Amino acid sequence: MGNHISLLLVVVPLIAAPLVAVLPRGRLPWAVSFAVSVVCAVFAGIQLWSVLQGGVISYELGGWAPPWGIEYRIDAVNAFVALIVAVIAALTLPYALHSAEREIPEEKIPTFYSALLLCLTGLLGITQTGDIFNVFVFLEISSLSSYALISLGKSRQAFTSSYQYLIMGTIGATFYLIGVGLLYSQTGTLNMQDMANILPSVLHLNTVVTGFTFIMVGIALKLALFPLHLWLPNAYTYAPTVVTVFLAATATKVAVYVMLRILFTVFPQTFTIATPADELFILAGMAGVLSASVYAIYQKNIKRLLAYSSVAQIGYMALGIGFATTTGLMATLIHLFNHALMKGALFMAIGAIIYRIDSCRIDQIHGLGRAMPWTFGAIVIGGLSLVGVPGTAGFISKWYLVTAALEQSAWIPVAVILIGSLLAVVYVGKLIEALYFKPLTDNGKVVSEAPLMLLVPTWGLVLANIYFGLDTDLTVGVAEQAAAILAGGLKP
Amino acid sequence: MRPNLILHVIAKFVIPLIILFALYVQFHGDFGPGGGFQAGVIFSAAFILYSLVFGLETAEKIIPHHWLRILASLGVVIYAGVGIESLILGGNYLDYTLLGSNQIAGQHLGILLVELGVGITVAAAMLILFFAFAGRGRE
Repeated sequence: MGNHISLLLVVVPLIAAPLVAVLPRGRLPWAVSFAVSVVCAVFAGIQLWSVLQGGVISYELGGWAPPWGIEYRIDAVNAFVALIVAVIAALTLPYALHSAEREIPEEKIPTFYSALLLCLTGLLGITQTGDIFNVFVFLEISSLSSYALISLGKSRQAFTSSYQYLIMGTIGATFYLIGVGLLYSQTGTLNMQDMANILPSVLHLNTVVTGFTFIMVGIALKLALFPLHLWLPNAYTYAPTVVTVFLAATATKVAVYVMLRILFTVFPQTFTIATPADELFILAGMAGVLSASVYAIYQKNIKRLLAYSSVAQIGYMALGIGFATTTGLMATLIHLFNHALMKGALFMAIGAIIYRIDSCRIDQIHGLGRAMPWTFGAIVIGGLSLVGVPGTAGFISKWYLVTAALEQSAWIPVAVILIGSLLAVVYVGKLIEALYFKPLTDNGKVVSEAPLMLLVPTWGLVLANIYFGLDTDLTVGVAEQAAAILAGGLKP
Repeated sequence: MRPNLILHVIAKFVIPLIILFALYVQFHGDFGPGGGFQAGVIFSAAFILYSLVFGLETAEKIIPHHWLRILASLGVVIYAGVGIESLILGGNYLDYTLLGSNQIAGQHLGILLVELGVGITVAAAMLILFFAFAGRGRE
């Protein structure tokens, strides 16, 4: 097997997706998708382990040698992100069984799982490939399937929000493609490694600078970096909850990975620092943290509240990129992992509430904390992790982010991170107040605890939040190696 | 739908030619311009012309919707399956060389099968799109 694992990680869900689409209704499509996601998670684990042992994996597709053929090139950075995506998928699918049956019309269930697997294919493909054009292809596979997934939401707004995302996402992907085209015209190659070797000699050309700008703006749209985040709150709010869980925990993370790759592997680090790109990331990150957190406080819909909080969290990751130091990149990578854990857990817990009361308005959930103690517990711990309380995963990422800022004596970002955490206390507090301290709304319905199939994956992520808040060997250890690869020539 | 003699006769004459041309583009794609994508679009154009002239219901009798779904999936499975086959034969994914007795025969067979998969999926997907839009407002 050996290197073939890196390829099978993409091909297994790719083959399963069309097969699932033609399976009969019932639970078979779910069972196949779940099996595929578990296989992918195992493969991603083996891949990360072998990369940590033996360095870079290179796989030539079709036996054509790079830079002419497409190469899958995996180092600690991709292997880490691929593991996040695959593990979240394997946790989302058991959750999907009941949640999808409740929120998605029965005749669309096979198509739903097919689109979910295609989305997984695209996201894993982006992490695996070492070809800058192949990234675009996989970006489109994941985006097109996520437009379809979002439009499966129950309310009519799901269509408009999916359409809005379609337009914004297509603009983003087109900008990326224009950028790649401009770089190709000057370097004559699409292989990232090869391009990294050629680029230093053509960096002074305006074409290259323009290409760089197009790529940055294009991915920033996909990433929902403030102020290009407008598609995200609607998409997350009106999509079926399973889709929100999956996309919130993976899609933006993969976009962050592409950003890091282009900024630090394809282009020389000195170029990134010489351009205003790093200052812009800090600026956009700070504005995102503050404004999105304030927006989150005023939301009346729980999913929307968490969606704005996601925009704020992307701001933190942008800050880490903007510092452009090893510690900064470490902070971004650690937060990538930890944010997937906390947002996954929170959206899953919210999904359990929606499963019971069929509403996600804050004034409908009054007093439910006492009726659904396990779900409430998951929201409390997930919320604490979002705030960054010591003992949870969120603390670790904030800690490294503040350390990175202090290393550079960047006092304003430090203040912004702390204010952002305080604002998170307010919006998480608002959720907890409504769930526990408000009297139960009396509408004659008796609400009971969510079914076990929803609670087990939710608590799996909740416990991971605590585990990775105490034992940081995996996250910090891998992030350190990955950041060292990205930051090759940077100051420590 | 009001029957129109001229349209019926011409369509019946033209449709086989369109399908023949689609097959030419499909299987001659590895020597000249063409390939699975173009062939699939031309192939579906024949069916779209048929349903424009003879009506949507008649066309859906020839290719029921669930068949289109299976065909659309089948094409992807053929493409990916060729890759898996070369993996089983001991090469890298989509390494066609091992599929035949020598390198040229292998590459030839590989690209032919892969393009066939592309053609089937594109033709089926085009028809699904057409029927989805043409069938709007029926229910």
